[in-house]
Amino acid sequence: MSFALRSMLSQKKAVVGLIIVAALCLMAIFAPIIAPGEPGARVGRSHQAPSIEHVFGTTKMGRDVYRQFVWGARSSLSIGFATGIAITVIGTAIGLIAGYAGGKTDAVLDLATNAVLVIPNMPLLILLASFAGTVGPMTIMMIIALTSWPWGARMTRSQTMALRNREFVTAAKMIGEPAWRIIFVEILPNLTPLIGINLVGSIIYAIVAQTTLEYLGFGDPLKVSWGTMLYNAQNASAIMVGAWWDVAVPAAGIALTGLGLALINFTFDEIANPQLRSGPALTRWFRLARARNRMMRAGQ
Amino acid sequence: MKPEAHPSPVAPVIRLEDIRRQFGQVHALKGVSFSLFPGRALALVGESGCGKTTCARIIARLDKPTSGKLFLRGQDLTAHAAAKDERLYRKAVQMVFQDPFSSLNPAFTVSHHLSRPLQLHSQNTSRTALEGGIAGLLTSVGLDPAMSKQKFPHELSGGQRQRVNIARALAVAPSVLVADEPTSMLDVSIRKDILDLLARVKRENELAMLYITHDIATAAHVAEEIVVMFAGQMVEWGDTATVLSNPNHPYTQLLLSAVPDGGRPFVTGGSARFLEQAERVRSLSRPDSAVIEQIGPNHFMRALGAQS
Amino acid sequence: MSDNLLEIENLNIDYLVDKGDFRAVKNVSFNIGRGEIFGLAGESGCGKSTIAYAITRLSKAPAWVSGGSIRLDGQDLLRMPENELQKIRWKRIGMVFQSAMNSLNPLMRVEAQFHDVLHRHTRCSRQESRARAEEMFKLVGIPPHRISDYPHQFSGGMRQRIVIAICLALRPELIIMDEPTTALDVVVQREILEQVVDLQRTYGFSVLFITHDLHLMAQLCQRIGVMLMGELVEVGDVRQVSLAPLHDYTRKLWNAIPELPSKPRLSGALA
Repeated sequence: MSFALRSMLSQKKAVVGLIIVAALCLMAIFAPIIAPGEPGARVGRSHQAPSIEHVFGTTKMGRDVYRQFVWGARSSLSIGFATGIAITVIGTAIGLIAGYAGGKTDAVLDLATNAVLVIPNMPLLILLASFAGTVGPMTIMMIIALTSWPWGARMTRSQTMALRNREFVTAAKMIGEPAWRIIFVEILPNLTPLIGINLVGSIIYAIVAQTTLEYLGFGDPLKVSWGTMLYNAQNASAIMVGAWWDVAVPAAGIALTGLGLALINFTFDEIANPQLRSGPALTRWFRLARARNRMMRAGQ
Repeated sequence: MKPEAHPSPVAPVIRLEDIRRQFGQVHALKGVSFSLFPGRALALVGESGCGKTTCARIIARLDKPTSGKLFLRGQDLTAHAAAKDERLYRKAVQMVFQDPFSSLNPAFTVSHHLSRPLQLHSQNTSRTALEGGIAGLLTSVGLDPAMSKQKFPHELSGGQRQRVNIARALAVAPSVLVADEPTSMLDVSIRKDILDLLARVKRENELAMLYITHDIATAAHVAEEIVVMFAGQMVEWGDTATVLSNPNHPYTQLLLSAVPDGGRPFVTGGSARFLEQAERVRSLSRPDSAVIEQIGPNHFMRALGAQS
Repeated sequence: MSDNLLEIENLNIDYLVDKGDFRAVKNVSFNIGRGEIFGLAGESGCGKSTIAYAITRLSKAPAWVSGGSIRLDGQDLLRMPENELQKIRWKRIGMVFQSAMNSLNPLMRVEAQFHDVLHRHTRCSRQESRARAEEMFKLVGIPPHRISDYPHQFSGGMRQRIVIAICLALRPELIIMDEPTTALDVVVQREILEQVVDLQRTYGFSVLFITHDLHLMAQLCQRIGVMLMGELVEVGDVRQVSLAPLHDYTRKLWNAIPELPSKPRLSGALA
């Protein structure tokens, strides 16, 4: 595991990604300090452009966009992370069990996976949400988690099946390890890069899904999040009246989070597949190779 | 006469009686019978596809025979498969695998690989007992405990990994060790060391060993008895020294002539072409035959079957 | 025109890793004559495979050729532009690597793969490559009608023979074989290598044969080089290196190999 951490920190991409995500998280945590006051309070005129007083301008209702952004990060990020973790846990567990057990268990779980996979996510989310009325964060989390785990489950299942035939698994069986230990203690650590990719991808997906639901009006209008900010901006026809900051700020928040997470994800890719690795020595190798090729063509 | 007659007063630890294994239309094993005795090794030799790995898997209980009986210390295992029996069997029979890399979990250190079997099968599982056990095991396979304990598989050489494999199998304190081509994936120059280690471990622990290989030259280093297999049948078997110095079955002779011998450069052209000889021998040996000839006190051969 | 087809002089190859450079091949020099089978022996990690890849400049990162020359008929391959080198790879120097049997495209019939390679280098037609494929299959001992099968329909040993056949189809002057039979049974190994020797006697190409099995090498090669940790410690005629090795390591390597206890008495089909 420490090897993973070391190789992550040696990649510039990962460091940048971590900084972005950490900054956004810290911003959300320190909301009371860096953006004191009620995010829903009227503090200025309607749709004021960004100024020194209100760095990100104000909404139609006169609320400070900056304050909303900072406080809204709490909801968006925490639900996003929690949901991403839930998706990964469900998907990994199902994939592991299906991949290891094989036979009937695998057939049943595979059927379930494919069934949920085939159902179009967004329409289902909207349908479930519309039945539930306006939904709080917990419900949103559950709805997203229960409809998005198949992708990770399939990846985990095929990787588990590949590992199941490795001789160290046979050896574990031969010394008498119980099946649950083989799955969760012997096989699972070898799937860490895959789970990492799964987790980061799930978090990105969860944030976007949550924002979409809220944008469509299924969120709690009393709570502030980036999704509800977009919902309100849409209702206020912000773009049409020229109040671009109303839309741009929450959108930028989501985009920035996605960027940071994606950069971290590249590193998991490289850990999982050593052929993708980069690093100072490799960069030097390519530089030398290019120089040599140039020399040879010139000498022709 | 019983083909597996053996001049030993000790009872066998493992006995196979007419084991057959069929996979759909493919007959992987067509009636294999032999015994394994404590402190003695039996080499199962043949090309890939001859059934030796299937046989090993049946003995290791990773697979069940289609018919035939398997006895552990006189108890018929093929009859009942109670959970308690399975656990006892796990303790009695262990395996050393062919691929030194994939038989160790890349995510864990050597210490973990050895502490797990100790935790599962020893009486005393206290911290000090485990540490002592691990150190003892590593020393017994020729590794320095201080240097090897905390290493991950990718930090070890092929030979070192195979030693860890052997140590892991020994940690369970088994009665039977199945070594499935333990040196095929190692450099030729370190094979002898590993084979000597297996021979020593067999003596010191009074293990009954089944040694599987396609290279008949290595059989002599570890095994007192040898069984040559082809197409699922035993074709020649008995005392290793006798069989190797006086091979009667054409297939045994083929295996022997295939061993790289630095003193005999390849002969090419004419009827001495190995490829043609090999084809001839294989077609001679393929037909089933139930006739067994005795050549010596512990030297048997299956007569060639009817040629089509 | 000298007797030597390939001349390697003062070859140095480094591995560029984050912790610093590691010299994997140290100042290695040897020659391979025309029509000669030359063996390069040594344990895993001694650098012999690194040299094999370097000859046709197929070294993958982090292996970096830092010095020396590799001359094919006088032309230094290390200083040749890539487009000229592409004319040499396969046409003049063929390569069979250890996992070559797994490098056949599983989705293409074997005759299509033959055509792929032949057409790229000789611009021949479909019929011509089919005829050549059948000819090569006969040479390596596989029934010619099987050229329309897929790779998975052959055993590992047969796939390795197919790779050798594709390699030979272009009639190269030198074939580099890096542990071509290590993953195969001892009987299949003998079959394949005997065929290689047969073909070599017929067509007269040179072979660089790389392995860790010194006994096998002595059966096959005319001259041998022994490598230890990146250095060539001994090189010479096979009789001399095996019967009277000059270097301690060679002796150690020779003695470490498990042998049959005594010469078996063979009779019948194999006398």
